[in-house]
Amino acid sequence: MKTQIVIIGGGPAGLAAAVSARKAGAEKVLILERSGELGGILNQCIHNGFGLHRFKEELTGPEYAARFIQMAKEAGVEAMTNTTVISVSPDRSVTAMSREKGVFTVEAGAVILAMGCRERPRGALRIPGLRPAGIYSAGTAQKFVNVLGRMPGKRVVILGSGDIGLIMARRMTLEGAKVLAVAELMPYSGGLKRNIVQCLDDYGIPLLLSHTVVDIRGKERVEGVTVARVDDKLKPIPGTEIEYDCDTLLLSCGLIPENELSYDLGCELSPVTSGPRVNERLETSIPGVFACGNVLHVHDLVDYVSEEAEAAGAAAAAFVLQGELPAGEPLRLVAASGVRYTVPSTIDPGRMGETQTVRFRVGNVYKDCRVAVYLGEERLRYIKKRIVTPGEMEQVILKKSELSGKTGELRFAIEG
Amino acid sequence: MKEHDLICIGCPMGCNMHVTIDEEGVFTVTGNTCPNGERYAKTELTKPQRQVTSTVRVLGGALDVVPVKTAAPVPKEKIFDCVRAMKGLAVPAPVDLGQVLSENLADTGVDLIATKAVGRK
Repeated sequence: MKTQIVIIGGGPAGLAAAVSARKAGAEKVLILERSGELGGILNQCIHNGFGLHRFKEELTGPEYAARFIQMAKEAGVEAMTNTTVISVSPDRSVTAMSREKGVFTVEAGAVILAMGCRERPRGALRIPGLRPAGIYSAGTAQKFVNVLGRMPGKRVVILGSGDIGLIMARRMTLEGAKVLAVAELMPYSGGLKRNIVQCLDDYGIPLLLSHTVVDIRGKERVEGVTVARVDDKLKPIPGTEIEYDCDTLLLSCGLIPENELSYDLGCELSPVTSGPRVNERLETSIPGVFACGNVLHVHDLVDYVSEEAEAAGAAAAAFVLQGELPAGEPLRLVAASGVRYTVPSTIDPGRMGETQTVRFRVGNVYKDCRVAVYLGEERLRYIKKRIVTPGEMEQVILKKSELSGKTGELRFAIEG
Repeated sequence: MKEHDLICIGCPMGCNMHVTIDEEGVFTVTGNTCPNGERYAKTELTKPQRQVTSTVRVLGGALDVVPVKTAAPVPKEKIFDCVRAMKGLAVPAPVDLGQVLSENLADTGVDLIATKAVGRK
């Protein structure tokens, strides 16, 4: 089997990449999706707030997905669901399997990685205590409630204040559960402010900052958890323990890009994002293999996933139609003080488009600061910000005219 | 005179605002760092509204529940009335995206609509 572009993953990134690749002239675009339907995690995100940037209206997750599924259908994108990709090789042959077809291989001109991310599980959190039933990642509970129509428990404590945890605090409350508290290890929440107000404050659910779970009780089923305050080194402070009687503990402690396929393929990965390192066209270290969406770095708004994926789709189409463009000396992007990483990692000024979006996250909360961008000694940007936080992705748009003919390092920093 | 503390949701800054409303209903907002804060405080303290999303039971569908939303925001104090009304519903498959599943939900004057299509089993 042969095709021009194979896209691994049919969530928001894969769908937007597919539509964009077709618009850019690729004739055969195939999405391989592991689950039974397209749309990815949007299908279980039934709350509203999606699409404000993209469609200028507030949609729910399934509605946002439906729009892109429709666009993909109209654009003639092919999709195979219930199909799991097993491996990708550097010559861009993709091996997958499904019940109907067994194991099969697709030879592709270009591959787009759009596998999304996974929640950090309990095993990665080092929580002491027993291992009873009743401990779920927030996203698992979300699928139970919103897709399967089943409640995972009645009295709930949530560890971690990521957006999914906050959303689930409200969701469980509306479904009749009692959410006793949300405990957050850091002194600030990793979630969006509007979610704290509309999901916790609206329902009188306490947010305990600088707190963590130090014990889980119960043999067969969770019977309670102990929460304690932590010091500035994030160590629990003896004597500050609070006991909660509950039957459920939800974990919302971060998302990790799902890059097993990329790793086996030999893509260079960033230790900060856990996603592939990419150039200005979102191409990984393997020629003709592109990445976008949460597999590349975790986003907070799907609108930006769609935007990024469209860039990857267009770049993949250009790769199959025109071949690899001649490479020049790329600028290396450096995350300096306060900035954790940048996407992309390099920009080749000769190959970049008229503008280049650089996305990044900061490592702490900074108020009344500047986002500074330096090319060698020259300061290209000095953008005033009232606040930047780890929970909200930032972006800077650079112009070809200011990078053209330049070499060296592009440094991103938070100052003043 | 009434006093309220609230957090602005206009931007990531999340200003902690203190609001006093005097006998004539005049608002005094402090703690905000831009005009959005005052605007948010007034709406939030006079007629707070929320769009409600949940699920409704589906009979004979490929899925047991269909996600739904109120077609417009409803008064905040009506959230639980709306949720109770939704729990009392069961709709036969197939359900179309955008289909009205209940008119004038819990006397809010707002319809309940499906946000996903669910086919027959």
